[in-house]
Amino acid sequence: MQTLQQTPIHDHHVALGARMVPFAGWDMPVQYTGVIAEHRAVRDDCGVFDVSHMGELEVEGPHAGELLQGLLSNDLDRVSVGGAQYTLLTNERGGIVDDLIVYRLEDCRYLLIVNAANAQTDFEWLKEREIRGSDVRDISDECALLAVQGPRSIERLGLHDAPAFTFAVGEIAGIECMVNRTGYTGERGVELLAAAEDGPALWDAVLDRGAVPCGLGARDTLRLEVCYPLHGNDISPETDAISAGLGWVCALDTEFTGVAELRQIKSDGPEERLAAFVMREKAIPRSGMPIAEGGTVTSGTLSPMLDVGIGMGYVPAELAQPGTTLTIDVRGRPRRAEVVTKPIYKREESG
Amino acid sequence: MAAAEAYPDELRYHHEHDWARIDGDEATLGITWFAQDALGELVHYEAPEEGQTICKGEAYGEVESVKAVSDLISPLSGEVIEVNAKVVDEPETVNDDPYGDGWLIRIRLSDPSEAESLLDVEAYKQVLVDQ
Repeated sequence: MQTLQQTPIHDHHVALGARMVPFAGWDMPVQYTGVIAEHRAVRDDCGVFDVSHMGELEVEGPHAGELLQGLLSNDLDRVSVGGAQYTLLTNERGGIVDDLIVYRLEDCRYLLIVNAANAQTDFEWLKEREIRGSDVRDISDECALLAVQGPRSIERLGLHDAPAFTFAVGEIAGIECMVNRTGYTGERGVELLAAAEDGPALWDAVLDRGAVPCGLGARDTLRLEVCYPLHGNDISPETDAISAGLGWVCALDTEFTGVAELRQIKSDGPEERLAAFVMREKAIPRSGMPIAEGGTVTSGTLSPMLDVGIGMGYVPAELAQPGTTLTIDVRGRPRRAEVVTKPIYKREESG
Repeated sequence: MAAAEAYPDELRYHHEHDWARIDGDEATLGITWFAQDALGELVHYEAPEEGQTICKGEAYGEVESVKAVSDLISPLSGEVIEVNAKVVDEPETVNDDPYGDGWLIRIRLSDPSEAESLLDVEAYKQVLVDQ
């Protein structure tokens, strides 16, 4: 049996009474008080997640940009220093090795924040393809990463507004960190990257400002309400970006691994599409459930905001239109669902 | 929410964390404090039909939290005479009051002698210790 890794903040989670579960080789908090309360805290106010299990890879050198432009799907040339971009690491078939955010730290220095489960694969993928004048380093063990998310998160941390997908060096309670205007919840917020040894103090400082500690359970329900894909569930090396609805992060006019395959899928039209759906009968869809009309559920949960079952799944392309009725096989019981426009949850505009 | 941990003396228990309150040839069934705590806040109760026959040791329905699904194992055999509609509408009632308002079904026993095979509270607590 493999020993689970612990984040620098692990002991604080245990002290708070979190329910700990294994996730991608890490011992992680799934919830503190309850998934629904934590979910609502992020939608209404401010929550904090320890996401130090995620991987950090640094790519540096005069040809670092060239290396990454050839391996990542989005157009890296459009990112200037201080900017960030959501992008995909693709394989030769146009499949998704990982989805990640790349930060341009300096002209010739980039940071990639990647999924925990894929950190080693990504590192090896990049390392094997290194070119002269580019150096790839795995700095995951040196980092603590906290996601502070929710409509009041900026105010609670005493920060100023800044555009999404930018970052700056800042400090919270005297602790230096990289303040990234990114997240995985669909809310305003930041992700704070600090030195591993500063992680526990940063966590305490953020809690002192009134952020509610949130576990991976709420992280999953939050991202699914806004239809952010989860690698390993909704996207994988076997699925392509076009079918997954991620064509917007593929600069098909640039050259990167698998681009020819993606151009072909785009011009032919994908056979299946990743559709979002809402249950029209009482039931909670779950990953792996068959869809009677064709396809499979890749993610499912109860939406804490809408109080209905919601999910995503690959369906034949002609069934991906909003309004289409699907039948989810809920452990042998057929239950009706309706395809909806993404995101599933949209904040109501105050009148 | 969040009832305090308790296992009433007057109930009979099944090792799959279900309880039965037996009253003559009828019984009320539910899940124990341990079961609801392990699942977390319940968000769905897939109940059997009234009139349906259920069998001891077999699943008669499901309860779900945000993250997990659990079969409901019947501690006794019989016919479903009532489903707790309040729990169908508000499954979190089970977390609030697992032995009271959070009961799941009432059944008419087909074999009242089955009750003898169930655990008393001390034996059930030993099951929890041994987990």
